[in-house]
Amino acid sequence: MSSSLTDRYALPITSLKATLSEVTTMKKLINQPEDFVRESLIGMAKAHSDLLKVQFEPTFVYRADAPVQGKVALISGGGSGHEPLHAGFVGRGMLDAACPGEVFTSPTPDQMLAAAKQVDGGAGILYIVKNYSGDVMNFEMATELARAEDLRVLSILIDDDVAVKDSLYTQGRRGVGTTVLAEKICGAAAEKGYDLADIADLCRRVNLNGRSMGVALTSCTVPAIMKPTFELDADEIEMGIGIHGEPGRERMTIKSADEITEMLAMSIFEDIVYTRTVREWDESKGGFVDVQLTNPEWEKGDRLLAFVNGMGGTPLAELYIVYRQLADLCAQQGWQIVRNLIGSYITSLDMQGCSITLLRLDDEMIRLWDAPVKTASWRWGS
Amino acid sequence: MMMTKEQILQWLEQFADAIAQNKEYLTQLDAAIGDADHGINMDRGFQKVASQLPKLAEQDISSVLKTVSITLISSVGGASGPLYGTFFLRASTAVAGKQELSNEDLASLLQAGLDGVLQRGKAQLGDKTMIDALSPAVTAFTQAIGQGKTTSEAIQQATAAAEQGMQATIPMLAKKGRASYLGDRSIDHQDPGATSVYLMLKSLSEVLGMTSD
Repeated sequence: MSSSLTDRYALPITSLKATLSEVTTMKKLINQPEDFVRESLIGMAKAHSDLLKVQFEPTFVYRADAPVQGKVALISGGGSGHEPLHAGFVGRGMLDAACPGEVFTSPTPDQMLAAAKQVDGGAGILYIVKNYSGDVMNFEMATELARAEDLRVLSILIDDDVAVKDSLYTQGRRGVGTTVLAEKICGAAAEKGYDLADIADLCRRVNLNGRSMGVALTSCTVPAIMKPTFELDADEIEMGIGIHGEPGRERMTIKSADEITEMLAMSIFEDIVYTRTVREWDESKGGFVDVQLTNPEWEKGDRLLAFVNGMGGTPLAELYIVYRQLADLCAQQGWQIVRNLIGSYITSLDMQGCSITLLRLDDEMIRLWDAPVKTASWRWGS
Repeated sequence: MMMTKEQILQWLEQFADAIAQNKEYLTQLDAAIGDADHGINMDRGFQKVASQLPKLAEQDISSVLKTVSITLISSVGGASGPLYGTFFLRASTAVAGKQELSNEDLASLLQAGLDGVLQRGKAQLGDKTMIDALSPAVTAFTQAIGQGKTTSEAIQQATAAAEQGMQATIPMLAKKGRASYLGDRSIDHQDPGATSVYLMLKSLSEVLGMTSD
């Protein structure tokens, strides 16, 4: 860190530290912590009754016009606290259903099974699953239950977070920003009448071409706890975070927006070819099998979608500052950003910070990206 | 000595109590290396289990354990839901048709539960997970009954092994779950899953310790 930056931050840090140590409880617009998810979903259903419906016990959000006959149904889900992911993306051109769990806790298999039954239009169901152990285990159980009831379900894992390097010692990379892009692109494909196997292939391809890296400037505060999940000093940032307030890879002193953007982008640029084994349902074998997958290398001239995502507590203006630097860095690498997305789409409650996702596009993905979408939190086209 | 269905129900009630009392503690442990929800999630599930126990008095042991499993799977979420759910599901299968459990039955219940967790979570001993408490506990129990110990003595030894296993997770490097994303920084923290397993064994030894062998 440059000394000038230290000087610039010197005063506010001292005063903030004094204030922070006294703050143990955060301010939230909640009634009872245990009603957080339920009341939020009720509000969402009231606000968007033309687009979606909400069911409780078990909880899921689904398209108002579901099931759409003959269309592959897309279902995703995960812990709450990442809004608008996933419920905000339920609607035409994206998800048929979303299964929200408790805050930062994966949903349960009965939610996923009930959602599948509700939205099955006869062409099969694809579960899009973020690679977190709870989500993976619960969706695996849900897939087995659905198959036992003769529902045709496939599931694809999203594992795009380059912060986790060493696949030998972890269960692989986390699923983060690419999930949003996969839901949009695969949602458009389903709307255009792709069959289940083709959508699963497409989803896998989006995942293999997407890479993400995030940074936290502050911790988030889980409503049931009302204290920051982790403590960051006012002059510290956490590089390589996931989306649950779980601490990242490395803690460091805060840097300028351009330096932080460069660190995030370089982590993605320098990412070596990544090979891992994932479990996918094999229809011919009627069970889960291990599949080995490898990310393709990128080359000069490749077309990219650049996604600058806010973690929930960072203003759009700051995300544009990041995008400005990211666009220059990508150009220096010889890549063209042909599409972009800037805003808070996969968040971590009130955390300040951002993530960058770069997705290498092909013609088919671009067409599907541009296709119309109409959901509570994302709409374009007619 | 045989373990009765009443004792199974007492065990589950005791475990639910232990989780409720240690909710904050488990959450604190999880905040250090995970996402601060282990206590909250386990408590949500086991409060549901506790509320169902009165209704289960007429069922056999296997059905009780199966109901516990389904309740946990459908209410806990996260990783603990499927892991504890699988533990009780396999445990229930291992004691099908039993009205009371011999030491051997209890050993196969614990072993089947452990095997289920190993399979579901794909974790091994030393990965800094609940396995590190559960696996030594099951081994200690089986050894103790092999040496002709009473149920109560055997479960006390299993509990001690679980406690040691729990403490042994402190210096470990996490290789599974969200803690694994921390790398070296997962070292020096006790694993919350191993801790809840210790509470499960401790509750069982308290229930069995209440009666004289």
